[in-house]
Amino acid sequence: MSKNNTSKTYQDKAKAAANKPAAFGDDIDLNKYTNEVGKYKYQPDPSALPRETKEIMLGAGIMLDDPGQRTGTYLQIDNMPIHHSTTQEGIEVMALSQAIGKYNWLPDYIWKAQAVDADKYTANVELYESDGYFIRALPGQKSVFPVQACLYMAQSKVIQNVHNVIIAEEGSELHIITGCAAGTRDEPGLHIGVSEFFIKKGAKVTFTMIHTWNPEIGVRPRTTTIVEEGGLFLSNYLLMKPVNNLQMYPTAKCVGEKSTVRFNSILVAGKGTNLDVGSRVFLNARESRTEIISRAITVGGNITARGYIEGNAPDIKGHLECRGLILGETGTMYAIPELKGSLPGIDLSHEAAVGKIAEEEVEYLMARGLTKDEATAAIVRGFLRVDIEGLPEQLSSELRKAVEASEKEVM
Amino acid sequence: MLKINDLSVTVEKKEILHDINMTINTGETHVLFGPNGAGKSTLLMAIMGFPKYKITKGTIFFKDKDITYMSLDERARMGIGMSFQRPPVVRGVKTRDMVAACLKGEGGAEAISKLAERADLQDFLERDINYGFSGGEVKRSELMQLLAQKPELTLLDEPESGVDLVNIALIGEMMNDLLEKNCPIQERQCMGLIITHTGHILDYVNARTGYVMCDGTIGCVGDPHEMLATIREKGYNECIQCYLGRVPLHE
Repeated sequence: MSKNNTSKTYQDKAKAAANKPAAFGDDIDLNKYTNEVGKYKYQPDPSALPRETKEIMLGAGIMLDDPGQRTGTYLQIDNMPIHHSTTQEGIEVMALSQAIGKYNWLPDYIWKAQAVDADKYTANVELYESDGYFIRALPGQKSVFPVQACLYMAQSKVIQNVHNVIIAEEGSELHIITGCAAGTRDEPGLHIGVSEFFIKKGAKVTFTMIHTWNPEIGVRPRTTTIVEEGGLFLSNYLLMKPVNNLQMYPTAKCVGEKSTVRFNSILVAGKGTNLDVGSRVFLNARESRTEIISRAITVGGNITARGYIEGNAPDIKGHLECRGLILGETGTMYAIPELKGSLPGIDLSHEAAVGKIAEEEVEYLMARGLTKDEATAAIVRGFLRVDIEGLPEQLSSELRKAVEASEKEVM
Repeated sequence: MLKINDLSVTVEKKEILHDINMTINTGETHVLFGPNGAGKSTLLMAIMGFPKYKITKGTIFFKDKDITYMSLDERARMGIGMSFQRPPVVRGVKTRDMVAACLKGEGGAEAISKLAERADLQDFLERDINYGFSGGEVKRSELMQLLAQKPELTLLDEPESGVDLVNIALIGEMMNDLLEKNCPIQERQCMGLIITHTGHILDYVNARTGYVMCDGTIGCVGDPHEMLATIREKGYNECIQCYLGRVPLHE
């Protein structure tokens, strides 16, 4: 991203944090990768992209041949935005670099939700060339169809530095699908994605993210969301394809009364996949609410499933559900649900369970005539089926399809 | 026909059933009485073929085939069905999915809606199976699944327990459908074996043979209505005394 004068302090902070390891997850040696990336041409008609590329993007929920189903589209290959468009007035979709040129108030948002010096990954995004999407719904505007954004990694051994800013102005409604994908089957790379969400008074954002990487890629998303009074943030995360090492702990801060945050994540880790994934919510305003649901299956991979809710205001309510299934002979599942309260009258709870499929459930289905394999498959399918309240039907059915398409990885 | 010969069953290495003999002819429904812990549910589970219930002696023949060592799902596909007393909640598996599995693809969505209407469970099809169901709803859901499965031998474990008087009539009707009680006797193909504590179900389902089970054996065979009258009047003690007078105590 263009580094203007106002960001000088950020540059300094980033420099100071350039070697700072992350609080969680394995440390990745950034020197193994390059920040020097190739250039790609702007693509006014994304349906003209190579068929193979489009198919990979489709696997991450990005539809380029049927733009009628989307309110807007943003595509980025490595660090280059190659397309952005929108079909609805009042919904803005562009590259962050472009938005910085357009809006002189944007520095009020950049690095305001997510700390630039959180760790060396956030610092890297500030220190090197980066870009990302800027998606904004103007006050009272509601996106009819979802806005889609694809972050696509093409070049080998590159660091994809992404910085996204999403603003839902007062009373607006935004539905976003982000698909992150690797164009190669086994080339190494590192994706660092900073996302800052600002959900203003009475606004609603649903954010559905599907990851389809490859077994050699490292991934470090860094997401923080600020939710104002009466706002709603609904985040769904789906990772069912192999990845080398992924650590993220997206954080939402409810700063306005009666704001609501829901995080759902569905994770599947095969052999060689290492995940450290959680969701963290700070309930800092009266009557704010959250629900975190995580479903994780290991078929040989290692999963740390975290969850953290902190209640700092009266009459808040939070629930955390963390369920893990171990289906392979190897693989580990480490569930870490955490709750912290700092005043009386708050209501925080969690449930966590890790284990195999209950025999009793398998036998129940077998008593109806299903074979053991069929019964197991039905239960696993059910385990991965999270009914997401508040998600538009179209998105729900796309998410369902994405889960079903990936079930083969588990069975 | 179901024919059980000298059947002994252990659960977690402890013998629960000893030398059970029972024959249910095609078209007949039999009733099992007995105090808690007598082994009634164990007998049903062993007939159904749950792996935890190990047959150590004897045989079970169903439709002239030896099913003693046949797996649970094979027995289900051969035509044995069971209503669970406390079925597990299976999160994410919808009631609709269960009914569809029981129907084995027959009839499609229309057949499912029809069955749900019969069981008064129209609003439950999209819910996770048994999740937050009341006692009566569980029973109706179990019978709905069995109606979809159409077993030739139906095993019912206390179908009336936890059910209020309004529901019990509906459950009785569904059981009669299941056991073809509305067919002329000669044409009935379906068999039933029902555990009942209260006997209420006898007001709805006509059964001609009853057993009293005590201590893992069948103590007494006879007319179920007569048995129920005795049990109601004198409790199981009378049965146990009578039975103890005839058979030596089992080890």
